[in-house]
Amino acid sequence: MTQVATPPAGTPEQEPPGPPPGHVRLTIDGVQVDAPKGELVIRAAERIGTAIPRFCDHPLLDPVGACRQCLVEVEMGGRKMPKPQAACTQTVADGMVVNTQLSSPVAEQAQRSNLEFLLLNHPLDCPICDKGGECPLQNQTLANGPSASRLRDPKRVFTKPIPVSTQILLDRERCVLCQRCTRFSAQIAGDRFIDLLERGSAQQIGINRTEPFQSYFSGNTIQICPVGALTSAAYRFRARPFDLVSTPTTCEHCASGCSLRTDSRAGGITRRLAADDPQVNEEWNCDKGRFAFTYLRQGDRLTQPLVRNADGMLRPASWTDAMAAAARGLLQARDAGGVGVLPGGRVSVTDAYAYAKFARVALRSNDIDFRVRDTPVLDNGAEEAGFLARRVVGRGPGRGGVTHQELEHAPAVLLVGFEPEDESPIVFLRLRKAVRSRGLAVFAVGALATRGLEKLDGTLLPATPGTEPAVLAGLTREGTADTGLGEAAAAARNRLGAALRSAGAVLLVGERAAAVPGLLTAVETLADATGARIGWVPRRAGDRGALEVGAFPTLLPGGRPVTDAAARAEVEAAWGVPVPETPGRDTGGILAAVRDGDLSGLVIGGVDPADLPDPGAALTAVTAASFVVSLEIRASAVTELADVVLPVAAAPEKPGAFMNWEGRMRPFAAVLPEVGRLDEGRVLDTLGVEMDVDLYTQTPAAAAGELGRLGGWPAERTAAAIDPAGPVRSGPPESHGLTPHDKVLTSWRPLLDGGRMTDGEPALAGTARPEVVRLSAASAQALGVVDGAPVTVRGPGGGLTLPVAVTEPMRTDAVWLPARVGGRPLSAWIGTSAGHAVRVMAGAGIGREAR
Amino acid sequence: MADTAVGATAVDGAGAPLTPVLTRRWAAPESWTLASYRELGGYRALPKALGVEPARVTELVKASGLRGRGGAGFPTGMKWSFLPPFDPAAPTPRYLVINADEGEPGTCKDIPMMMADPHSLIEGAIITSYAINAPFCAIYVRGEALHCLRRLAGAVREATAAGYLGRDILGSGYDLEIVVHAGAGAYICGEETALLDSLEGRRGQPRLKPPFPAVAGLYASPTVVNNVETICSVPPIVLHGADWYRSMGTEKSPGSKIYSLSGHVTRPGQYEAPMGTTLRQLLDSAGGMRDGIPLKFFTPGGSSTPIFTAEHLDVPLSFDDVAAAGSMLGTTALMCFNETVSVPWAVWKWLEFYKHESCGKCTPCREGTGWLVQILHRIVTGDGTAEDLDTLTSAAANIAGRSFCALGDAAATPVLSSFKWFRQEYEDLVTGVTPPLVGDRALGAGTVGTGTSTVGAHR
Amino acid sequence: MSHTEGRIGVPVFLETGQVFDELTHRRAEEIVGRYPVARSALLPLLHLVQSVEGCVSQPGIDFCAEQLDLTAAEVSAVATFYTMYKRRPCGEHLVSVCTNTLCAALGGDAIYSTLSAHLGVGHEETTGEPAEAGAPGTITLEHAECLAACDLAPVLQVDYEYFDEQTPDSALDLVLALQAGGSPTPTRGPALRNFRTAELEIAGIFPDADERVAGPSLAEPTVRGVRDAERTGQHAPPGDDVPIPPLPEK
Ligand SMILES: Cc1cc2nc3c(=O)[nH]c(=O)nc-3n(C[C@H](O)[C@H](O)[C@H](O)COP(=O)(O)O)c2cc1C
Ligand code: SF4
Ligand code: FES
Repeated sequence: MTQVATPPAGTPEQEPPGPPPGHVRLTIDGVQVDAPKGELVIRAAERIGTAIPRFCDHPLLDPVGACRQCLVEVEMGGRKMPKPQAACTQTVADGMVVNTQLSSPVAEQAQRSNLEFLLLNHPLDCPICDKGGECPLQNQTLANGPSASRLRDPKRVFTKPIPVSTQILLDRERCVLCQRCTRFSAQIAGDRFIDLLERGSAQQIGINRTEPFQSYFSGNTIQICPVGALTSAAYRFRARPFDLVSTPTTCEHCASGCSLRTDSRAGGITRRLAADDPQVNEEWNCDKGRFAFTYLRQGDRLTQPLVRNADGMLRPASWTDAMAAAARGLLQARDAGGVGVLPGGRVSVTDAYAYAKFARVALRSNDIDFRVRDTPVLDNGAEEAGFLARRVVGRGPGRGGVTHQELEHAPAVLLVGFEPEDESPIVFLRLRKAVRSRGLAVFAVGALATRGLEKLDGTLLPATPGTEPAVLAGLTREGTADTGLGEAAAAARNRLGAALRSAGAVLLVGERAAAVPGLLTAVETLADATGARIGWVPRRAGDRGALEVGAFPTLLPGGRPVTDAAARAEVEAAWGVPVPETPGRDTGGILAAVRDGDLSGLVIGGVDPADLPDPGAALTAVTAASFVVSLEIRASAVTELADVVLPVAAAPEKPGAFMNWEGRMRPFAAVLPEVGRLDEGRVLDTLGVEMDVDLYTQTPAAAAGELGRLGGWPAERTAAAIDPAGPVRSGPPESHGLTPHDKVLTSWRPLLDGGRMTDGEPALAGTARPEVVRLSAASAQALGVVDGAPVTVRGPGGGLTLPVAVTEPMRTDAVWLPARVGGRPLSAWIGTSAGHAVRVMAGAGIGREAR
Repeated sequence: MADTAVGATAVDGAGAPLTPVLTRRWAAPESWTLASYRELGGYRALPKALGVEPARVTELVKASGLRGRGGAGFPTGMKWSFLPPFDPAAPTPRYLVINADEGEPGTCKDIPMMMADPHSLIEGAIITSYAINAPFCAIYVRGEALHCLRRLAGAVREATAAGYLGRDILGSGYDLEIVVHAGAGAYICGEETALLDSLEGRRGQPRLKPPFPAVAGLYASPTVVNNVETICSVPPIVLHGADWYRSMGTEKSPGSKIYSLSGHVTRPGQYEAPMGTTLRQLLDSAGGMRDGIPLKFFTPGGSSTPIFTAEHLDVPLSFDDVAAAGSMLGTTALMCFNETVSVPWAVWKWLEFYKHESCGKCTPCREGTGWLVQILHRIVTGDGTAEDLDTLTSAAANIAGRSFCALGDAAATPVLSSFKWFRQEYEDLVTGVTPPLVGDRALGAGTVGTGTSTVGAHR
Repeated sequence: MSHTEGRIGVPVFLETGQVFDELTHRRAEEIVGRYPVARSALLPLLHLVQSVEGCVSQPGIDFCAEQLDLTAAEVSAVATFYTMYKRRPCGEHLVSVCTNTLCAALGGDAIYSTLSAHLGVGHEETTGEPAEAGAPGTITLEHAECLAACDLAPVLQVDYEYFDEQTPDSALDLVLALQAGGSPTPTRGPALRNFRTAELEIAGIFPDADERVAGPSLAEPTVRGVRDAERTGQHAPPGDDVPIPPLPEK
């Protein structure tokens, strides 16, 4: 902003130069302001420090001009506009003169009388309102409102409050009908489940009873509601804002790493809000990020170390005893055959670094892998490891990485093995913003068009699960002849092929892409052929950081290839110890090796065996291990089997940082330092001391310092050192054996699916999408089932019956299931997971089979 | 002053000069049929318009000085020429939307027009659509006007069969489709942007302007919205030219206009006369005030226009003259009330209407209309206080000019204009000089036109 | 209208269990096909739903949502905005009495209170058992806003056909006739059928168009001006067929 003081009367030479190109010059309350064309007066005023009161205005929502609180006087060409204008809808113009409430009695009076109107029927129940103390209406009333109401008649009264979902309650008497909530839902989230109802003075916000406000983003409406009309079941009546301590934090739930503000009181978190971060989450977050924080106060929280005694029972022990026992066991296991490390994907950057270093220094092995997911890591992880080394590690904002903001300006985005709304909701919102504002073209390769894709106005490139590489390969060809694609699909493909060649196009690749042989290779080939850039979006908050700091079998910190002597030498110089030169095993390899006796011990971080492709086999491996150390926050199937259990801090209990999918550091402060829980870096550091090695990770600051000194390794060198993946198998894994009754299963985890990190929040769980089987219309017809009828999906391990949701467009040879049903992984129900053939039948149990 | 009201007998002069242009077929047998329309000169303007390039039609309408008949009086040709120039190379659709949502209290001209002479609207619609290059025209008809819907749908069928509508109209190469669309009961949908939202299948709430409909209207495409009477004025202009049109009316408000006389009038009805005719002349044509009871107040153009009194009988009813006299011409809906009608009662009833019809979008109108009703109700039921009068006027003043659209202004109008002329009536009610008009304590509630000052009933 | 009414509850649409038949689906398709953008069909579709059920029910909301790919909330938002969409099934006939200022001053309020007293129902209430909604002789009463027939005041509408220049007595006779199953002739408009048929026509479906288009429309006050002119030999200035001038030079 340029703020030019009005010059003293003088010669023309002293006149300030005209406004910069693309700007206009206006006067607000006597101050000359240069403002970009098209800017709203309310924003221009903000920039000179004048806050014009407002309710409906929100910088990220389309202007509506409904509340009329922001009226100002406007003069154009020396003539006053006859009526005061809404500053939130009036755009700036050259020579405009604006007088706000500070300099115009008319504006001041208009604003005061508008407050009177707003308060006429308001219940004035601030003392019992959650918003009390942080309510714009309350603040403005105190500052500028009438001291007594002139209303002599009964107020309009609504039944209050009403639930609009299990999570959100609406008090219509407090509502000022600013439409922020409805505009957010329609414009930002695309979930039009909440709308204006009735007319005139009976107008109100509401839902249709049959269709509650089940949006993954519903919590944002509470935050932007300028009054206490929308409240959450979780926070209602829990606290007053002035009793709360606020801490800037980063969300631990997914790889976007939203900036949050966490409010706590008396050692407990009371609520979390989205913080304003234009680079990442703007002012939004998802409901999981907002409401899922009660997991850390569940009854199964581990509070002290446990050590398995001579009778095989886990018993509480002192930290000293536990550390000694762990060190003893690990040293033995290391020498007996080796120890694998599975830190899981929820680690902070410095904790991941501690695991990475612990594996190399204390356990003298590269057998460490952060990857935990329900789809298998294929080919011993070679394709994915190569992909991550060549295309992901070392990159970040300004370092060749794709960013949220670049997504917003991309001409086209292709989604591969990635369902943004479920797997990284903030990416979804950013894409949707670009779709709305700029007409970004979104494409997805997959078996079905999801609601998320519809909300992105996206185009599906249909692919039977397993055949995605061929579809991607086809994108660099033209014409329909060789593909057997329909005309529409071929047209979409050609459109996309062209769009990907324009500057800034992005391939957004989810971690599930690794489950399809050849898909990541096809992504790389496509990127090279078109110039499109690659963004890799894993699911967990710690995944990307763990990769970056070497919690990976083939990479050392900074993306240094294990196999590169120079890279190793740098690390050895920093650590003062030799670094093993053989690449390690991946997660599946480690578990298999333990099961087969090739490895003796395991160090396991926050890994839920249910998140692995074969939870049973994973538990068998853990059972088979001769020695297991578990670092956990809550009792789990792994802690049950461990020899030593070390309780560690959850994210809100420690400071640290996540690296989000962009490769951006997302630091966070400890919300609840007073609980005194130890982070994994500290625990491993101490354990290292017991094992006679020094990690120097006793504090996140120390670990971060060392990481900083170690520095990065140029991405190109990493890429150069990793061989391009050899020829990879392609095609659906079991395509040969498919009978007409079989369908290939496609699946992922919806955002809300009863995972352990959402425990203790039933209101949130109530907004999860219903669990359904998705089938194409043709499949449903062949089965003789209509929408909502039960169908059974059968795999080698059993059958699962759910209502069908007929989905179009969708491949007829595919079936979709959520990756967890009733809180249990699919493999526990049907003994198989995504990418495999299953049989689909009408009804519960035995019924007609689908063709 | 109000009490020097003029009754039928007091009206002198020669009555209004009647100039039936729009209404001239109304009394014809089966006036609504294509046959009758053609027989009376219909569909002669259309081939003429199709024979020239569209811009010439717009230019002609501009030259005629025709101003919108929907209330605001915006120059019609100028409105059409605001559309971005049509680019045949990159044709963006453009639309004509006809505002047939007639609902302004007192206004009752478009509905008889559509019932009696639907083809003149259709012919006007085709010519206008051609002038702006629209392939699609929607007539948004008030939902309650069922017989108009029938007549219009019938006219569209007949016109299509006769080749006036559809593909390649009269061999001109021009294609047009007209859809007759019913509203569903909402006065606000007469406001042009609310109408567009409603026509798009949404709640009829006004849109932010700019962008104006001419730039982004129906489906965000350039759109012209015109009133029924405006569009019906187009064929005669095309037929007889701008000079002919300007030979009627005043310099700034040319043409012929349908004046709707209602209320305590001997012969209420539709009287078409040149712009600038006075109520005194019109009343004379209509046989004066009923039963000789003098005129007390009237609206020049519907309840949204500030009321006039007998003092204003000689104000020429043109856009500018009425504005100069402190009101608005609106829709020339001349509701005439005699001495028996209590002004606070009438204003209360009107406010009930505005409260009912406020769309709810903006604060002053949504909250303010409800509040005005509460206060007025208390005043007419005898529970008002002197303080209420100040609150009433200040609340009305706080709505006027602050609301999102003109409905808020319109709601404040009866209050503010009645206080200008009839404040004493309010004072007499709150001081008890006048007994309550409505409610249990009202004497003679429900009596009508008795010559006493009491009119009112439970609502 | 009472200002001390109780708390305003949550908008509720009746669960009628209605399943819309093949014909209604076909009609819906036809209506949607008229518009460049499908959503424009929402208002007519809601009228169509009322032609089947006499009100907008929850199945009606869902029907419209499905036809236009909208959420139930979006359809509810629209259905609750407009006065003509009824939340409870209307009787066989809907009687709408204009009680706006002008009609009221000329007797509209008296007509309304007469009918209300006779029928024993208030605004938007229906005679007869709710179970037999729409049964012969049942009547829903409402007071209407200005019906744009002020020169014919006081007016009322039955099933949206005009009955002009009413008095309390004439209106009472009219309603008695309706209750007895008669079909009084509107002043303007064809022979009465019932509310649901009216809604079908408002939706733009005109089963016997020609016959009903011909229903009368001429009311004396409407043509007073033009007849006076004829009688007195007044007319607009005669106009020639003047060519449309060329565009002015720039
Ligand atoms: C509250 C409100 C109601 C209106 N109702 C109508 C109406 O029923 N019919 C109409 O033609 N114009 C109505 N208007 C005016 C329209 O907004 C618009 O000015 C008009 O349709 C333009 O057509 P014209 O230029 O031909 O007059 C209304 C305006 C407002 C603010
Ligand atoms: S509930 Fe809140 S956000 Fe929604 S309209 Fe009301 S005041 Fe605005
Ligand atoms: S903030 Fe400007 S109208 Fe609401």
